[in-house]
Amino acid sequence: MNLRRLCLLPARLWTALFFAIPLAIVVAYSFLTRGDYGGVEQPWTLENYQRLADPLYLAILWRSVWIAALATALCALLGFPLALFIVRAGARRNLYLQLVLLPFWTSFLVRTYAWLFILRDTGLINTMLLSLHLIRTPLQLLYNEGAVLTGLVYNFLPFFVLPVYATLERLDPALLEAAADLGARPFATLRRVIIPLSTPGIVAGSVLVFIPCLGAYLTPDLLGGGKSVMLGNLVQNQFTTARDWPFGSAASLILMLASAILLILLMRSRAARELM
Amino acid sequence: MDPVLELRNVIKDFPGQRAVDHVSLTLEPGGFYSLLGPSGCGKTTTLRLIGGFDQPTAGEVLLNGARVDGLKPYERNVSTVFQNYALFPHLTALRNVEFGLRERRAVNSESKALAALELVQLAAKQDRYPAQLSGGEKQRVALARSIVLEPQLLLLDEPLAALDPKLRKQMRAELKAMQRKTGIAFLFVTHDQEEALSLSDKLAVMNQGRIEQFGTPMDVYLRPATPFVAGFLGAINWFGKAGVRPESTRISHEIPEGVPWRRAAVESTLFLGNCVHLNALLENGDRVIAEVPRDHHTFQEGESVCIHWRPADELHFE
Repeated sequence: MNLRRLCLLPARLWTALFFAIPLAIVVAYSFLTRGDYGGVEQPWTLENYQRLADPLYLAILWRSVWIAALATALCALLGFPLALFIVRAGARRNLYLQLVLLPFWTSFLVRTYAWLFILRDTGLINTMLLSLHLIRTPLQLLYNEGAVLTGLVYNFLPFFVLPVYATLERLDPALLEAAADLGARPFATLRRVIIPLSTPGIVAGSVLVFIPCLGAYLTPDLLGGGKSVMLGNLVQNQFTTARDWPFGSAASLILMLASAILLILLMRSRAARELM
Repeated sequence: MDPVLELRNVIKDFPGQRAVDHVSLTLEPGGFYSLLGPSGCGKTTTLRLIGGFDQPTAGEVLLNGARVDGLKPYERNVSTVFQNYALFPHLTALRNVEFGLRERRAVNSESKALAALELVQLAAKQDRYPAQLSGGEKQRVALARSIVLEPQLLLLDEPLAALDPKLRKQMRAELKAMQRKTGIAFLFVTHDQEEALSLSDKLAVMNQGRIEQFGTPMDVYLRPATPFVAGFLGAINWFGKAGVRPESTRISHEIPEGVPWRRAAVESTLFLGNCVHLNALLENGDRVIAEVPRDHHTFQEGESVCIHWRPADELHFE
């Protein structure tokens, strides 16, 4: 056995054991029938996939796509100017980049819980507004789509900022001077030069935000109030409370398929080639 | 008619360094001008002050009689051809040339851009992206992109530096022809004395942030105002306080009559095709170069010779 193969062996074993085999099990489960006491049993069926066409589940699928898209758009709106600011911050660039990454120093779960303390009736925002007498009763900030959206944008913003930062950093400053020289005011330079040339970063950032948002379950679970807000929660519920593993498997495979298609489209795009 | 450009006592300070030091310069419309100097002499900074990319620490910049210091690049009617062209990589040659026209909301911007590409003989490659163009072609697109806006003054920042020597000579001729055809005043920044001498109607020699001399190539070469100018534009031999150009420096086996002379030893000879450069060591230890015609070259290395010159060829500096 040569060294090359030997080096690859651990990764191959790991991938086979913890990725390929579990995935095969999920695929198999999705075509099986739910057992009376959980688990799966024969016969093989397509029923689990047919159930997903039910308007109830289609609405969840649609809402997931909508919330993920909205979160992506908000990340772009907040992240692009932020990346532009950091690139132009000169000597403080690295400091600002560290600040963007700072939330990663604590666990995802803890960060999401923190939002509970900010948004709940006796939370930071409501207490402040009440004490300023701007409101008389607490605002319902928690357990709705707005709260879910807030949590998603907060958690995934760095994934948009970093790839956009990477493309902006490589932008030749002479191009910006050339644009100004040719009569372009700052906003025209942004529209005609900076944004087109950072498209690869914007596309990469959007995918990096959209895909995990589409499958998110922890954030909608904690901030959305236990309802099946998004597809991720539906999958989770099927495996836990509903004990319908075949249906949960089918739903998670559909989620995976949607993400895979999106990724393939990205890989084939011109933007991806420019980024790599 | 107002001068197209006037610099009045312009100063630019960077932390710990004065890049441009009391520079005053007046350019008339329609000429080909050069800013010549060694790297770090402040010529590119001067160009950036005129283009509006940097603002002067003190002094005034006037374009066509109007103050422009403090104005942004997009508020000035000058255009710059950048050293590395700075073409927009996401736009075709045609769209690059059209960029400024669109910003000015010009009518028929596309046909004007196409006409400009024809002027630089690149109409056939209008749909190419910068990455698909050669260095010389990029250079021409950059030129067309600026010229199409009909600026009063075109700034060129070492535009030939990135080209190979053969192409550089060809582009040099094209630049001069373009300047004459368009009638736009060109201000050309270079560290190459040959380029500056051959292209310019007038050239300014810069050193350490100051303009040492501004004049016609003939003036600057034949009557250099400072020892720096004399040394930067061609070589110079020093005989005490008098400077003599190598081509005015004579060499002989016998002691000459009626002219100043020095005894010297031939150190080495350099055959340059049309002439020979003789490097000689004077008795005081100074080295001089004498340029002699090929046919007159009868000197051996190590030979003792007389170096002489005509007093009329001496250059004196205060």
